[in-house]
Amino acid sequence: MNKWYEKSGNYSDVVISTRIRLARNISKYPFPCRLTSKMKKEVINEIDRALSKPEFEEYNFSCINVWEASLAEIKSLIECHLVSPEFVKADKNKAAFISQNCDISVMVNEEDHIRLQVMKEGLDLNETYNLADKIDRKLDESLMFAFNEQLGYLTQCPTNLGTGMRASVMLHLPALRRCEMIEKISSSLIKLGLTMRGLYGEGSEPKGDIYQISNQVTLGISEKTALKNLNDITIQIISQERKCRKELAKNIQTIDAICRSVGILKTAKILNSEDFMRLISNVRLGLSIGIIKGISYDKINEITINTQPFMLMKASNSELSAMERDQKRASLINEKMSTVEIL
Amino acid sequence: MLCQSCGKNQANTHIKKVINGELTEYMLCEKCAAKMGYSNIFDGFGFDFNNLLGSFFAANEPKFMPLSNKRCDFCGSSLEEISNTGKVGCSKCYDVFFDQLMPSIKRIHGNTKHAGKYASAVGQENIIKNEIQELNEKMKKAINEQNFEEAARIRDKINGLKGKEQPNNE
Repeated sequence: MNKWYEKSGNYSDVVISTRIRLARNISKYPFPCRLTSKMKKEVINEIDRALSKPEFEEYNFSCINVWEASLAEIKSLIECHLVSPEFVKADKNKAAFISQNCDISVMVNEEDHIRLQVMKEGLDLNETYNLADKIDRKLDESLMFAFNEQLGYLTQCPTNLGTGMRASVMLHLPALRRCEMIEKISSSLIKLGLTMRGLYGEGSEPKGDIYQISNQVTLGISEKTALKNLNDITIQIISQERKCRKELAKNIQTIDAICRSVGILKTAKILNSEDFMRLISNVRLGLSIGIIKGISYDKINEITINTQPFMLMKASNSELSAMERDQKRASLINEKMSTVEIL
Repeated sequence: MLCQSCGKNQANTHIKKVINGELTEYMLCEKCAAKMGYSNIFDGFGFDFNNLLGSFFAANEPKFMPLSNKRCDFCGSSLEEISNTGKVGCSKCYDVFFDQLMPSIKRIHGNTKHAGKYASAVGQENIIKNEIQELNEKMKKAINEQNFEEAARIRDKINGLKGKEQPNNE
């Protein structure tokens, strides 16, 4: 079965993936900041037992302990968006349970005892939430989550109180970025209780034009309402992005940039990650406005993840220097791009 | 320039340190810098969310006012610790320091009452609450679609559940 990042879903010309993350704590333990190493291990064992029950068999969870795993292994999980970057920081008494097709991950002892995450390709907030909800209810039965009628699910950081839910969508917005609309959109999203940030890299021009929009408020709003808000806004952004792309399709500079990008990705022998992200963004744009053919969105999603530095090292099962990675990345991409044709 | 620590790799990290007013500078490679604990050079510049939250809490209880030395009897956290770290110690802390935490929570979310799903393990009563919530949403949808027969049927169902919920509360 394919992993989420090897597929493409609804609105795949703009939306790469949908993610739901739930913050949960087991009521009988203090939150992670007040746990000793021994108690943290107990929490991990407790969750391991719960996930080993027959009702979770269909997901086939495997466990990765941070204190045993190599740094490269964990960093590659971050690159697949299966664990958060915070997960590798500081304390090692953490574990991640990951389902066989990489759509579900349960992070243990990150900021809360449990961060349950479900990912799906394309825009599919309801289905993604339903799966997260189903697993959450089952886990709740055996673990008894900390909950209070007024404040909802209790979390270590008060910003997650209430539903404890962060829903987010990963969007490719090259046209809105070029039309300098991102800042405008981002400031109006804040008023709606949503936030937007670049997914790769810092600053105003994130690598690859990939942005993430997520809900900010978790208390006083139901899961369904929060999901509906996010969904409605995402659809509006998609239609704006598509409109801008239509304009860009007439622009000779854009077409030139797309064609050059295809040329480089097909033939370059050394490709660093930053260049690659910029070029593949052009290819994605080219595909959506009908300038190129011979590649699909799922292929683009797949190579974007598989050519990240630690994923390359994991695949070759050895430590690679930056130069070795850039060569490996280039040869992998040359191969995947060989079928691409400019129309 | 080569790394001043290992002398093998190209230096790409510039460390400036001021200890007792004396400035020392090093040029290190990525690996040596990480070894010496300078790996996350951006940490110092990026804004630290925990501190930000910490100051959120502290704003309620000005520093010059003696903080009560009350501690949570489950995890041992004091309000001072919570406000310094921005991290609440355990679920019980939310009861113990409810009055002190509430203004900050209201500032963060603009709300103080949970409106979402109820944890089912807390009791049968909560499972019913979840059902009522779901039915309420269905009823709203039916009304929007002008399907009043369906809406009335859902309303009766909700009333039935509410009746079941009552005895548990008493």
